[in-house]
Amino acid sequence: MNLDFSQIVPYIPFMLEGVWVTLQFVILAIIFGFILGSLIALVKISRFTLLKWLADFYTSIFRGTPLILQLLLIYYAVPQLTGYDISPFLSAILTFGLNSSAYVSEIIRAGIQAVDKGQREAAEALGIPYRPMMIKIILPQAMKNILPALMNEFITLTKESALVSVISYLDLMRRAQVVSSDIYRSFEPLIFVGLLYYAMVMILTLIGKYVERRMRASD
Amino acid sequence: MINVEKLHKSFGDTEVLQDINTSIERGEVVTIIGPSGSGKSTFLRCLNLLEQPTSGQVFVNGEDLTNPHVNILNIRQQIGMVFQHFHLFPHMNVLDNLTYAPMTVKGESKAEANRKAEQLLSKVGLSEKVKAYPNSLSGGQKQRVAIARALAMEPDLMLFDEPTSALDPEMVKEVLDVIKDLAYSGMTMAVVTHEMGFAKEVADRIIFMDEGKIVEESDPKSFFEKPKTERAQSFLDKVL
Repeated sequence: MNLDFSQIVPYIPFMLEGVWVTLQFVILAIIFGFILGSLIALVKISRFTLLKWLADFYTSIFRGTPLILQLLLIYYAVPQLTGYDISPFLSAILTFGLNSSAYVSEIIRAGIQAVDKGQREAAEALGIPYRPMMIKIILPQAMKNILPALMNEFITLTKESALVSVISYLDLMRRAQVVSSDIYRSFEPLIFVGLLYYAMVMILTLIGKYVERRMRASD
Repeated sequence: MINVEKLHKSFGDTEVLQDINTSIERGEVVTIIGPSGSGKSTFLRCLNLLEQPTSGQVFVNGEDLTNPHVNILNIRQQIGMVFQHFHLFPHMNVLDNLTYAPMTVKGESKAEANRKAEQLLSKVGLSEKVKAYPNSLSGGQKQRVAIARALAMEPDLMLFDEPTSALDPEMVKEVLDVIKDLAYSGMTMAVVTHEMGFAKEVADRIIFMDEGKIVEESDPKSFFEKPKTERAQSFLDKVL
């Protein structure tokens, strides 16, 4: 067996920095995706047929094509079509944010529509207008369906973020590749960043469990 | 107070209500009975526009609900509704269930809404449950809270959609007693029910429906003793 983890020791700070680089665009993509996804979800539960159709179409595009294709399209097509030289960082946020918004919109829509329709009828029968009904009656109950699924989406996004290594964004994954071409060893740096990804996902999972416990406590 | 004229309601190709004409006077207690699928609940839900009539008109205090320009939220404030499955807000405690709508819709102060809510809860015998959450209540208690919640809006009219059908048998009485008290206090009410004893005792008028039509409409005494139609007779033979 030919294993020598000591060789990656000098590169550990370099790889650890990748955690922050990855988190930077993942966090921004999550925020962007969440805001856009919420807006799309609002459209989906509205009565505007044309907008609803557009929202569904948008969702089907981002869910129906490979993420890596979307990433490459944005990274290469934007400069070619518009002349704007888009940075890997911006491409990453844009791709992951747009992609995530499609999933988030479905999670929120499904969460809202899973609330017993009697709740809406009870609110309507009391003469409560649409906005307070949504904000104070429907959404608090929908949150119980939405939050766990949303945490899953964030975990998926964190792992999938490794794809940005193909547009030479120096994230955690890319740094493992850089190190392995430096020291002619793949296994050790890959295992090392693998552990770092695992740690990030575990932290998110723990946060998710904590949130779920809090939600259940209010029952 | 309520006038229903040529009301029709279809779901797709099925006609659930066909040419319903009737009215409910102020202070009157009307019970609507009939076999399941006869359109009773749909009829009741047309009275506060939870169902949109396909055609015809529903007037509440002279205002036509089917007019698209009418402010339906305003009219619904005057009409309380109690559902078969309660539909309490599970994330709010009993007090908040009662005060949320009066504060949000009518702009009542918290103190005023609380005071009224506590009065209503004592009226339905649940004073000690002010801080309880709906999940911790029995079916009968939930339904009494739901009645109090509707009353907190001080409606002119109360609609009851099979208020005891989802209850365990031993809880039916506690809910019916509350509804009876309300009826005797002069509240205008329309009650869809399968409780024939209750209908006989409390109703000023019985509306018997079958297959989307009003088959018979009369006072309880003549309805239960000498129904005019064969359909009502065979229904009563089965349920009494």
